[in-house]
Amino acid sequence: MSILIDENTRVMVQGLGRDGSFHAKQMKEYGTNIVAGVHPGKGGSIIHGFPVFNTAKDAARETDPECSVIFVPAPFAADAILAAANAGAALVVAVTEGIPVLEMSKIVIELNELGTRLAGPNCPGLISPAKSKIGIMPGGIFRKGPVGVVSRSGTLTYEVVNQLTLAGYGQSTAIGMGGDPVVGMKYDDYLELFEDDKETELVVIVGEIGGTDEQDAATFVKERISKPVVGYIVGRSAPPGKRMGHAGAIISGADSTAEAKVVFLRDKGIPVADTVEQIVDLVGERLGGRN
Amino acid sequence: MKLEEFQAKKLFGEYGIPVPDGIMVTTAEEARSAAEKIECPVVVKAQVQAGGRGKAGGVKLAGTPAEAYMAAESILGMDIKSFRVERLLVDPAVSIAGEYYVGITIDRRKKLPVMMASASGGVDIEKVAAETPDQIFFQDINPERGLRSFEARQIAFLLFPDKKKALAAASIMMKLWDCFHGVDASLVEINPLAELEDGSIIALDAKIVLDDNAMFKHPFMEEMRLPTPSEKKELDAKSHGLSYVQLEGDIGCMVNGAGLAMATMDIIKHLGGTPANFLDIGGSSSPEKVIHAMELLVSDSNVKAVFINVFGGITRCDDVATGLVAALQEIRTDIPPLVIRLTGTNEEEGIRILSDFGITALKDMTEGAREAIRLAGEGGCS
Repeated sequence: MSILIDENTRVMVQGLGRDGSFHAKQMKEYGTNIVAGVHPGKGGSIIHGFPVFNTAKDAARETDPECSVIFVPAPFAADAILAAANAGAALVVAVTEGIPVLEMSKIVIELNELGTRLAGPNCPGLISPAKSKIGIMPGGIFRKGPVGVVSRSGTLTYEVVNQLTLAGYGQSTAIGMGGDPVVGMKYDDYLELFEDDKETELVVIVGEIGGTDEQDAATFVKERISKPVVGYIVGRSAPPGKRMGHAGAIISGADSTAEAKVVFLRDKGIPVADTVEQIVDLVGERLGGRN
Repeated sequence: MKLEEFQAKKLFGEYGIPVPDGIMVTTAEEARSAAEKIECPVVVKAQVQAGGRGKAGGVKLAGTPAEAYMAAESILGMDIKSFRVERLLVDPAVSIAGEYYVGITIDRRKKLPVMMASASGGVDIEKVAAETPDQIFFQDINPERGLRSFEARQIAFLLFPDKKKALAAASIMMKLWDCFHGVDASLVEINPLAELEDGSIIALDAKIVLDDNAMFKHPFMEEMRLPTPSEKKELDAKSHGLSYVQLEGDIGCMVNGAGLAMATMDIIKHLGGTPANFLDIGGSSSPEKVIHAMELLVSDSNVKAVFINVFGGITRCDDVATGLVAALQEIRTDIPPLVIRLTGTNEEEGIRILSDFGITALKDMTEGAREAIRLAGEGGCS
């Protein structure tokens, strides 16, 4: 098992420009079951062996995808996400960076009504190693195994995963949930899925400064998650003057610094690593000498 | 992008929110003539993108144009939280009967805009939130429907029992939402929203933070950008696809990806060193980008060693290596000692390119950080 995606997941790729086309090829080579592409004006063509349609609706009618991955440029990306959801995609993965926050806020309401799950935007996507990769993660560093990984970052996720893999701890599913203020699924959504996944034995959450998602995750873990969770928070050396207005913290009543998050997680009983190497140690202590 | 008070007040005015009829000036002489135009007394206010101006002495009352001149002279050039005062707003002084707070921002947890309001305005609202959270009222806003009249009234009557004042405040709240939505803000704030002695309600201060992701929808807003010297460097970096923040340490960092860049700074600090900057070169790694990044690091005279940390995912290690070699050949100035950590996609090829050029690349991040700290400690003789 794994969460959200596996080798059977039928995937459509929206936005087949330079990046979208490149990553579609990479995904296909990894083994992802890509059934269609969507690019206005390229309908009727074949790219990397899959048929391309002008609209998500056409693609859905002909190929019945369950998931869509969005590479559409920022000004049009929110609309593309809605197009996928309205065409029946159960999961949308939005890689696109730079979508206006208010537009995201508007579309998450409709996604909830449609029952569509959203990963991202501004995210590297997700991967269930040896099964399927949806997004831009470098497949080579992942190995199948018992560790779930959920992170707000891209390359830092790769760093963490690489060290886990080198130490012999493979991953069930790894997710970059996206770095924007408004994203679809958050830590607690993924943690809930990991809790129910038989393959996952432990979850690593990788967080950073800004917002209070990590605190929400810690509270959720304490209340709902029986599996061991290990945390890692970056940005302890970030200058405080560079923070945005504290208005977000007024709402949540919590502080968005790295220190505040580390303290909060430890208070809720979640061990927090100071370095990437320590993540591997903490995982090792909890999974036993599996490697 | 943060706007200064005079810019935010101008936008508020355009959306129909009552604001004082002030004048922005950049010299003491202009402040004097502004005070002559406006009926005295006036308030002379430093325009900086930081809170706590009043406490820092950046806001002064002036009873005559001559006093306005003196106030301006003393405030211009001041340093307020490391922002240098270059502009002033001269506003007519008013008699205040009560100070309130109204703001709208995005609630990341609810994924919705939310309006916040309090009868405890005119002070640091974070402090109110921390000490007396029950004095702040919240109203979620459906961004498709917008703030509705009855929602604004519900909050307004909590601040003002008097009907006339409550309706005036509710009208301001509706216009504040129009502004938030209209300019794609991530924060709009009126603190204080003042009740004057004649019973009118007016925005005496104004704060707007625009969503950088939405600037493509409002190209004219870009002209409102008033960067500070350090921001100029950051903006210049941004125009080359680099994300840069200068710090005060001595180890220059060049990293691909924001999360990994923060982790790199953290590990340097964890091991006893001090990072000189945050620098994310992003996903693609053209030689030009690496050259610009290298130039940025070299331009900081505090930098005694450079740590380049690249995890090749989509970024290919051989591309970074090629760019780096080109950068080292192109940059004529003395370059501090370098430590390079390269791993991931095409790492063998990247390491070979570097070693042909006489540079040894490491594969481990901690080892790289340790080596950079050692080199910085040696005083930068390569």
